Amino acid sequence: MERRTVFNGWFLPVVLVLPQLLLTVFFFLWPAAEAIWWSMTQQDPFGLGSTFVGLDNFTDLFSDPLYVASIIRTLVFCAAVSLLSMSVALLLAVFADHEIRGRAIYRTLLIWPYAIAPAISAVLWLFILNPQVGLLGRWLNAHGVAWDYNINGGQAMMMVILASSWKQVSYNFIFFLAGLQSIPRAVTEAARMDGARGWRRFRTMTFPLLAPTTFFLIVVNLVYAAFDTFGTIYALTHGGPGKDTETLVIKVYRDGVVNLDLGSSSAQSVVLMVGVIALTSIQFRFMGRRTNA
Amino acid sequence: MSGALTPAPDQVRGRLLSRQAGDEALPAQRPDWLAHIVLGVGVLLFALPVWLVLAGSTQDSGAITRGDLSLMPRFDGLAVYAHVLMYGTMGTEPVWHMLLVSGGMALGIACGKIVISILSAYAVVFFRFPLRRTAFWLIFITLMLPVEVRIIPTYAVMSDFGLINSFTGLTVPLIASATATLLFRQVFVAIPDELVEAARMDGAGPLRFLRDILIPVSAANIAALFVILFVYGWNQYLWPLLVATDPGLDTIVIGIVKMIGVETQTDWSAVMATAVLALLPPVAVVIVMQRWFVAGLTEGEK
Repeated sequence: MERRTVFNGWFLPVVLVLPQLLLTVFFFLWPAAEAIWWSMTQQDPFGLGSTFVGLDNFTDLFSDPLYVASIIRTLVFCAAVSLLSMSVALLLAVFADHEIRGRAIYRTLLIWPYAIAPAISAVLWLFILNPQVGLLGRWLNAHGVAWDYNINGGQAMMMVILASSWKQVSYNFIFFLAGLQSIPRAVTEAARMDGARGWRRFRTMTFPLLAPTTFFLIVVNLVYAAFDTFGTIYALTHGGPGKDTETLVIKVYRDGVVNLDLGSSSAQSVVLMVGVIALTSIQFRFMGRRTNA
Repeated sequence: MSGALTPAPDQVRGRLLSRQAGDEALPAQRPDWLAHIVLGVGVLLFALPVWLVLAGSTQDSGAITRGDLSLMPRFDGLAVYAHVLMYGTMGTEPVWHMLLVSGGMALGIACGKIVISILSAYAVVFFRFPLRRTAFWLIFITLMLPVEVRIIPTYAVMSDFGLINSFTGLTVPLIASATATLLFRQVFVAIPDELVEAARMDGAGPLRFLRDILIPVSAANIAALFVILFVYGWNQYLWPLLVATDPGLDTIVIGIVKMIGVETQTDWSAVMATAVLALLPPVAVVIVMQRWFVAGLTEGEK
């Protein structure tokens, strides 16, 4: 959609758009281009020069069982986090939509966790699940469950999934509640007069009407779980024990910043980039109206 | 149940008119116990972990290390807050300093993003200039390039600019924002042409139109965006981890992860007090500005 009425001149708008554009070029586009270039080069061991190797880094990457394992691990992690945080949020939103006493207070008490940093949610969960100091972790060990996420990879995965989902419930809750509130009252009344209530009404009417919200949230949650959980995982397990909680983003960081493997890390960045571009395109295609410049 | 209780027509009308008919299975007066229970459990699910940290911060560190963390606070233990604020824990900066860095970073990012996004959205919507669409798409693409996918090259660019270990490096690169630009573009496109025409007839120049009409009209959006961006800035972890190794630039989030890193000799009550202090500012911003924030989030992102 275009405006008919516009101001004249080109100098002022160019000046106005320039700060945003410069930041974009220097800190987004240039690094992205460099990542693509580096992903196709090989650094010599002494850092003296680099040679063009085409797609070798990518073939190496996908024939590396560790990388494939990390892809699968990331997919499982993302699916678990999205499913868990979205279902808890939906349950809470459905009940928060009831007209009960004190619902404004309930809402506030369910919305504030939006403000919690991923890394801080890791710290909070440490005090629950740490085998030495955590309230629940200690209790488990005292009751015959060998709980220690520093040793047991499965438990570590469970812990990062819990901490990551917990932090995301509020966000999903806000959107589900908004979705529920936008269902026209006439539709609710019609369903009520048809005698549909409780679970049946949810399944046949509410949930289908929430489909756009649900779809939007699936994409957002997958992106969150894949990228924004770096802080949670890194603070809790550093990707360990071993590589048991090493998602793709943790692996890029470990290979690039810790092990200084430039070629492989850049190739991994490019793979992630393709992933984000795919997810974002799906999202914007679905909600098309926002992309029409 | 539904068969026996088919309501008479006038009852139906009565229900339709009644805004109180929140739960259809029960008469309006009876409390909806199931909803209270589910929501209560939900509230506890979020409140308990924070309460645990709050209570733990007032307890003896040695006892916590031995495994005696409890849900009951001891009110003689508040001195730990003064202590971490002034001195931090072993090997970290004082917490007041980390809060200051986080606060500066969050405010800088929030205000910076809002200003440059308003300006660029204004330029794209209200002017025609060469490469306007190209500029818009270049900004749009950044949506697909989060820091996480370009870790190493961004570090290289930062060090070329000499921005490693500087406050500028911590904030300025995060100020570019496609989301905010898209949001303001959406708001500006919806402004009626008549309003623009009227402003022009009154002799308002482009900048006056921006200041006197556009910014006041989008005040609610600005408020909502401020909350989202403040929280975003405050909660950054990977970015400061990459570009600032100088402890003097540690944010509170970086600082607290450093504190839990050495699990053997950790001063646990100090860590918990720091966690509480780290949570407080963004939570306060969300709660105080809740109304704008919720409306802005759900309208803006969809």
